Amino acid sequence: MRRFTSALFLIGLGLLIVAIYQQLGLQASSNIGQAINTVAADQLGAANFVTAVVLGYRGLDTLVELTILFTAATAGALVLGTRKPSTKRDPDAGFILQTGADLLFPLLLIVGLYIIMHGHLTPGGGFQGGVILASAFFLPILARPGSSIDHHWVSFIEGLAGASFIYIGLLVMFDGKAFLSPVAGNGVFGELFSAGTLPLLYAAVGLKVGAELAGLLANLSDTEAVD
Amino acid sequence: MDINLDISLMIYIAAGGLILAGSAGIVLSTHLLRIIFAIALLEAGANLLLLLASYRDGTAVPIIVDDHIPAVMADPVPQALVLTSIVIGVGVLALALGLVIRVQRTYGTLDIRELRERMAEDIADDAGIGRPVSSHAPLPVQAPGVVGADANE
Amino acid sequence: MEFLILIIVAIMLASAVAVLLLKDFLAALAAFSVVSLGLSVLFVILRAPDVAMTEAAIGAGLSSLLFALAIRRLGLWRTNDAGPEE
Repeated sequence: MRRFTSALFLIGLGLLIVAIYQQLGLQASSNIGQAINTVAADQLGAANFVTAVVLGYRGLDTLVELTILFTAATAGALVLGTRKPSTKRDPDAGFILQTGADLLFPLLLIVGLYIIMHGHLTPGGGFQGGVILASAFFLPILARPGSSIDHHWVSFIEGLAGASFIYIGLLVMFDGKAFLSPVAGNGVFGELFSAGTLPLLYAAVGLKVGAELAGLLANLSDTEAVD
Repeated sequence: MDINLDISLMIYIAAGGLILAGSAGIVLSTHLLRIIFAIALLEAGANLLLLLASYRDGTAVPIIVDDHIPAVMADPVPQALVLTSIVIGVGVLALALGLVIRVQRTYGTLDIRELRERMAEDIADDAGIGRPVSSHAPLPVQAPGVVGADANE
Repeated sequence: MEFLILIIVAIMLASAVAVLLLKDFLAALAAFSVVSLGLSVLFVILRAPDVAMTEAAIGAGLSSLLFALAIRRLGLWRTNDAGPEE
């Protein structure tokens, strides 16, 4: 009975997907996107228009996304719980992984910071660089499961970065503008220090995401094995 | 083989196929971890469909390099939304995997049929009510000589 | 160009079906990484390099790492290779 209803549901879903293709209207024209493309370079001074949309025109959506990530990481840590100190840990990894982790850690750190800081000029930004930073801090834990990261420092950095995102948005309001409008001068187009507060906002986002995901991965790998 | 398959149709088939595979996995699987895999596939298909809806032939990437401004650039708003969606997807995935580990620790199994029965038992025991018995289950056998016992629990 | 896209779409759909049908969870994880990689290439073709970089970093990197850690913690690391001493 369950198989029959499942097959019926899937056939219906397939027909719905086919029907949507007729109505999708691909290759039609869009208005908002073209309008943003023409004014973003002068208004914000960012060369990467996706960054301009994420931080400038839809900054509130990014704030909500950071909240969702924070909720998921905190709930994950709550669900998994702390480990009993008497349980046995995994043994250290082999020679290749230990040496590789020691060599890769500074490289990953530099690449992550580069991608975060150049988010408004080239493809990249806070989220991509934050994920690379998280993997940079998680690699030594993979190599030596005995050493774990200090959760107090990680939580402190995460809280500080998240709060500074909101503070930078609030500082703008003293100028009479709306919350999270990008200001503080545009600078020369295409330079590293241009586009007002956009690099600062992305730096806060990158640090927050990196610290959060590193803490989440450390929690997941720390939890006891189920047997 | 048709030579002039256009790009939109092929990518639409990919997105629709991923959505169908994800839905089939969720509805038909019996192992909890495979359901989580199917949810991740479904999210990937939905992101691809969202980005495809804003694609026009012959547009350029919405980034200005070396002060060379192209004539028509792609729409940056759906790209920003899909970026947000991918990051949220990984957050949901992390929480889901934490819950799966917790379920395994509490019940010892990941088969959803067994889990459903054990959870119903636990809920009924905690609430103090009788266990829900389906109408097809055989009635419990009564020992001879016990008078007045109830037929169903 | 269209031929390349056809090949990528075919590989992606085959891997998506393989994720659901493979018994070994580690192999299913590898197939999921292939789906993520194909998706990343398709995002570049759709003129979205930002999204492609995010999908490559998160889908093939972080998501697969999360799944691998969970598979390890659940004890599903090995299946069906019962040795003679089992």
